[in-house]
Amino acid sequence: MEQRPSALLRIAAPLKSLVQRFMYLGLIAAAFGLMLLGKVDAVLVDRVRAEVTDAFAPILEAISKPIATVSKGVQNFQELAVIRDENAKLKQQNARLIQWQTVARKLQSENAALQQLLGVVHDKSAKYVSARVIAGSGGAFSNMLIVNAGLNNGVHKGHAVVSDRGIIGRVSQVSNRSARVLLLTDINSRVPVLIESNRTRAIMAGGNTSRTKLIHLPPGARVTPSDRIVTSGHGGAFPPGLPVGVVASVTDGGINVQLFADYSRLEYVRIADFGLNGLVDMSVQRSSAKNKVGGKTRKK
Amino acid sequence: MNVAVWQKLDQMARAITPFGLSLFLVILSVVPTHIPGYAQIAPILALVSIYHWAIYRPNLLPLFAVFLLGLLQDLLMGTPVGLYILVFLTVYGIVLSQRRFFAGKSFTVCWFGFAVISLVASVESWLLASAWNLALMDINAVTFQYLLSLGIFPIVAWIFLRWQQAFLQQD
Repeated sequence: MEQRPSALLRIAAPLKSLVQRFMYLGLIAAAFGLMLLGKVDAVLVDRVRAEVTDAFAPILEAISKPIATVSKGVQNFQELAVIRDENAKLKQQNARLIQWQTVARKLQSENAALQQLLGVVHDKSAKYVSARVIAGSGGAFSNMLIVNAGLNNGVHKGHAVVSDRGIIGRVSQVSNRSARVLLLTDINSRVPVLIESNRTRAIMAGGNTSRTKLIHLPPGARVTPSDRIVTSGHGGAFPPGLPVGVVASVTDGGINVQLFADYSRLEYVRIADFGLNGLVDMSVQRSSAKNKVGGKTRKK
Repeated sequence: MNVAVWQKLDQMARAITPFGLSLFLVILSVVPTHIPGYAQIAPILALVSIYHWAIYRPNLLPLFAVFLLGLLQDLLMGTPVGLYILVFLTVYGIVLSQRRFFAGKSFTVCWFGFAVISLVASVESWLLASAWNLALMDINAVTFQYLLSLGIFPIVAWIFLRWQQAFLQQD
């Protein structure tokens, strides 16, 4: 009776390790297969990703709430320390802004009068959906976040996502209750922009770092640090004139842009439907991989 | 009879906790923390979990569970699907092959082991992400992510050791 189990074990143990080794290699091969599948059929992988995200959305929402509360508490505490300095600064700024307001009012009425004279066609006004950020604000290899609004709330692929300071990205995947936002800093993000002062066109490209780069500038373009960058509206993905950031540095390595939006502090974002559909044309989507679409914006 | 059923259920519930805790860490790693600059270098918490359970209770965290954790990490984080599956499987494979080395070793040795293995994991993830995007990824982010995960290791591992002593003693 003592013999049998040990004899069995003598055969079974190496067999088991053999099976396990095969399973290990099989799973590694499967992972490589999935990576290739993501390259070949990005649409399918995106759909699966959207569905899984949707399933986990309630859990993420539940966990993100207390963390947001704690961070808000900490922030309040930190702000207490600098409240006097802040107050002085704000008073100064307020005085400056009141001057600006007068100027802006004058320009606004002048602009309206001139536009009426010329019969300018207005862009459609946007519809907004506010949503809470429930997951991610970037990682070492991806820069995206998940918000708790989806198809049920009227969010669609390609909609612009803005915070109080400016544009932060666009909706890249959407399912019923959640949507994934591709941030401007993501390596796959390409946004047509303008340098506000001299109307030079450029493309702003992310690189998975906190700053983005301006590429494809026309030859002889003049860029200086602290130039404001706004969306140009080319390609029909974003409406023109949304604030993006300022030029931080101009070097041989490229033109770096410091974005207005602070991704780490985002709690609520607004998803704007400007009635544009430049990027959501599915025929364009299919013909080129998902991550390239942002770069090759086409005009319809 | 009834008692036996309950005992069985109890055992099953305990046995499932390594996977459950790992799953929780995967989800926790994608929740926004609102700390400036943290998101770029947020550590992959599940790596600690997989390392820990591969040393102490590999039977409770089988291969396919590691695969599933990696898949979920990829899907939620937005990394190319397959990237963290490969990283997790590598870590699991290395630890299992070196299990004899880790047996009965002190906490510091385990920490050192994690430093070596997660360095391999970081380099692997950087290579895979770079190959996928056909562009070199930012090396600083990965470096700081690695350092941060080294710092977080003792906290997570300590909790797991306590958990193990409290709930997984009998097997």
